[in-house]
Amino acid sequence: MVGTALLLAGCKVPNFGEYPGATTQGKTENHLWQLFFIAGLVVGGFVLLLILWAVFRYRRKSEEMPKQTQYHTLMEITYTVVPILIVVGLFVFTVLAENNVDATPPDPGATITVHAFQWGWEFEYPGGPGSGCANPGSPTANQNDCVKVIGQTTQNPTMVIPTGTEVQINLNSLDVLHGFYVPQFNFSRYASPGYTTSFDFNALHTGDFRGQCTQLCGLYHSLMFFNVKAVTQSKFATWLHAQQALVKSHPSSVPKLPSGVSTGSSTNSSSNNQGGDLYGD
Amino acid sequence: MRVEAIILLFLGVFFGIVGIVYWFWSYEDAGTAMLVGTSALGFLPGSYYMFWHRRMGHRVEDRTDASIAEGAGDINSFPGSSIWPFVLGMGAFLTLLSLVFGIWLILPGISLILSAAIGVTAESRRGGHV
Amino acid sequence: MTDVTDVTDVLAPPAPGTGLDELPDLHRSPDAAGHGPQDGHAGHGHDEHGPTGILKWLTSTDHKVIGMSYMITSIVMFYFAGIMALFIRLQLSSPHSSLLTFGQYNELFTMHGSLMLYLFAGPFAFGGLANYVVPLQIGAPDMAFPRLNALSYWLYLTGSITMMMGFGVAGGAASFGWVAYAPLSSATSSPGIGGDVWIMALVLTGFSAIFTGVNLVATIFYLRAPGMTMFRMPIFTWNMLVTGILILIAFPVLTSGLIMLFCDRHFGTHIFTVGGCHLVTGAVTQTCGSPLLWQNLFWFFGHPEVYILALPFFGIVTEVLPVFSRKPVFGYKGMVFATMAIAALSTGVWAHHMFTTGAVLLPFFSFLSLLIAVPTGIKFFNWIGTMWHGQLIFTTPMLFSIGFLLAFLMGGVTGIMLASPPIDFATHDTYFVVAHFHQVLVGTAVFAGFAGFYYWYPKMFGRLLNDTLGKWHFWLLFVGFWVTFMPQYVVGLKGMPRRVASYPSNLGWQSYNVVSTIGAFIIAFSFGIMLWNLWAAWRKPVPAGDNPWDAHTLEWFTTSPPPHHNYTHLPPIRSERPTWDYNHPDSVAVPHGLAAEAAHRARQKEPVA
Repeated sequence: MVGTALLLAGCKVPNFGEYPGATTQGKTENHLWQLFFIAGLVVGGFVLLLILWAVFRYRRKSEEMPKQTQYHTLMEITYTVVPILIVVGLFVFTVLAENNVDATPPDPGATITVHAFQWGWEFEYPGGPGSGCANPGSPTANQNDCVKVIGQTTQNPTMVIPTGTEVQINLNSLDVLHGFYVPQFNFSRYASPGYTTSFDFNALHTGDFRGQCTQLCGLYHSLMFFNVKAVTQSKFATWLHAQQALVKSHPSSVPKLPSGVSTGSSTNSSSNNQGGDLYGD
Repeated sequence: MRVEAIILLFLGVFFGIVGIVYWFWSYEDAGTAMLVGTSALGFLPGSYYMFWHRRMGHRVEDRTDASIAEGAGDINSFPGSSIWPFVLGMGAFLTLLSLVFGIWLILPGISLILSAAIGVTAESRRGGHV
Repeated sequence: MTDVTDVTDVLAPPAPGTGLDELPDLHRSPDAAGHGPQDGHAGHGHDEHGPTGILKWLTSTDHKVIGMSYMITSIVMFYFAGIMALFIRLQLSSPHSSLLTFGQYNELFTMHGSLMLYLFAGPFAFGGLANYVVPLQIGAPDMAFPRLNALSYWLYLTGSITMMMGFGVAGGAASFGWVAYAPLSSATSSPGIGGDVWIMALVLTGFSAIFTGVNLVATIFYLRAPGMTMFRMPIFTWNMLVTGILILIAFPVLTSGLIMLFCDRHFGTHIFTVGGCHLVTGAVTQTCGSPLLWQNLFWFFGHPEVYILALPFFGIVTEVLPVFSRKPVFGYKGMVFATMAIAALSTGVWAHHMFTTGAVLLPFFSFLSLLIAVPTGIKFFNWIGTMWHGQLIFTTPMLFSIGFLLAFLMGGVTGIMLASPPIDFATHDTYFVVAHFHQVLVGTAVFAGFAGFYYWYPKMFGRLLNDTLGKWHFWLLFVGFWVTFMPQYVVGLKGMPRRVASYPSNLGWQSYNVVSTIGAFIIAFSFGIMLWNLWAAWRKPVPAGDNPWDAHTLEWFTTSPPPHHNYTHLPPIRSERPTWDYNHPDSVAVPHGLAAEAAHRARQKEPVA
């Protein structure tokens, strides 16, 4: 009951240091965080008070031998059963939030393929009409006429996304593990070689958000930044069409991956979505 | 031995159940293999101890009313000191380092391991003392 | 000869110190030299006739010598790793520090984590304290396999030396993090022999841990004194038994994983790296080699490892709190079952470290992870119940134990948050997680670990440590601990990732990092005081006596330090507090069971005539 009320009235509860979440998924996570934080505050505070009470109240005051009590079976049963109930409750809310955060409904408003590499990011958008790159990241896609944004280390490549619609991200890595993390979306996901994972963002408002690699990936891990720019759907469409036209008229303008990074080993395995069949669906 | 055996058998049953649930929920092979292996780790020694418990009954350390005097006598051979663990350790050290720094290190490594194996066997035959 | 066979006799034995000498002296007098049964003092004989000096140390198979060697080595490793932590904190105290290069920084945090987790926390607990204390607590003359025990130590020592060699080899030490995630740890991404040296160090210490685990389990199963039933063992011994079993579950997986990693690096296999071959199954072409497999193997070791690092320290706290509350441990059986439940669950939660891979079964791992909170909570309430209505004496070990309770409470609450996948998505690999696991591990390995160190030091060396200096150590550590790690939670929520050597200066992260760095130096200073304390105790010994704390368990019955093969005689063992029962015959614990408890409470309510 308390939890439900919290989830409904979440916006009135403080965020306890976390970002409120700039996507619907991030907002759901934020409500769950508020619930866990308050539960933690209550339970942790209760235990803390018990500890402090025991420490201050039962300081040694005399030589008298304390009662050698060793068991209080009813009490022990109580403090076994109550935590189980709390945990089951927290688990139910976890599953509800998790299903929301993890959902990837069909027909997203935009699909972006993200390749992470040492030490940068490549964002791929579909090419224009007649392009072979209708579905970037698929084995059949003509990689040459996709719209691409590539940037290394401090060049901060920007991923443009539309607001108010599901944006599906297909993420993998071209070399080692990386972590795709946008703090204000309250979300991170490993970019791994060998398989592609998919997740959705539904940005609530326009804005610029910073992103960074969170998984240690070698020497310049500290500098592997990117930006996410959320724009309205019409602006997104305008931007994408302009880019598609540019690719068509000046194929050489498509940025290239730095030498030494190859797409060969992992782009062909996007059909091998190891994550897809594991959610029990 | 009963409590000891039950702990290990419980381990086997618990990881058996977890392993089965995990397999039919995820079809992920690495984790299932490890859980089933852990289950075997419980069942193998657990049933061995249960077997010995059936044959031996309660030992003095399993009886709540045993007195210290009942346990008097030899219980084991405890070597007072021995150089062979050190030799064996150095042999293992050099052998593993040979994979990193050069295969020639494997010669002293293996010879130390062999001499330790001979030494520790001879020592045990003489009664566990150097 | 008072042959005590019955509980009623325990209730009224002669005054302490008398009568006992008549107990049979021949408790399992070990036949070490092959001379047949000896008298109780025979143990000293070996020392006099055996080798001396460095040779004595090299050849010793005495669990006490090995335990102390383990402890000294692991504390040296702890100081090394602590100094590395100071460099890490100094680097982070400004956004673009030039103190360390990126490469050096990666080496330092890799080695800091490896030393602390593989070479300090575990060996300090199951190699050092357990080796020393467990045989004493169960009335055994030594570990079950003394020579295997010595081999464990030599493998651990050579493993530690191998690990430190990393700094000396070309290309520097391993720099792929203590988890060595594939494919960053592959030969292409991390060339150089630093990584190979790291792998070999862990193979050596891995075998050392496995041998110690076997030894602990065999010792506890086979060498208990008569009357020391399983449910009379001290909780520390119980926890070490469960830790031993966990070691046997977890470490072989790590060692085999490391050997596979080595094959990947040198023998051209593709176990953890993508490539090499293609499996064609129907229409799907799948590349061989799975980085995910390394994570599965590593964390199948790694999460039990977290509890291998925690359970011994829970055991220490469970020894210290009752002694300084002058009460038996509250809910002894609940404590035992909670330990077993934690161990069992901990082996089914490994993939909660992999929530963000997008390729694990979230509800399964999240539920089992959350469920661990239940037995841990039981332990918490039992610890509080132990103090409740006690007569608390705030010695140094007691203060450290209470410090553990507070630290672990914070680490535990944030742990429950992280067990929830959506919250983990938001905080994974940020400083929030760094703060969480440091609070857990510093709470256990440092607060509880040094509680055990201060608690058993008088037994090991027969001399007392200075309590005032000990309290200074505690308070500085306590303050430094909160100052260091609380800001890391905040900066983690703001999005600062872990393992970065620099960070943007315009995000307001610096002030948190500066506070954290100051805290780290307070912690370092507190450990300087500990060295001073050790120095003082070495220069001006204060004799401790056999039982300075009026403690409960068997190890306090023998001399300090104990003789070779530990005991010349033993008290009757009629509860889990034999020494206490012997010294306080009229203060035995209230028996278990609803009826007995009710009768006891009824007696309490009766007006005193």
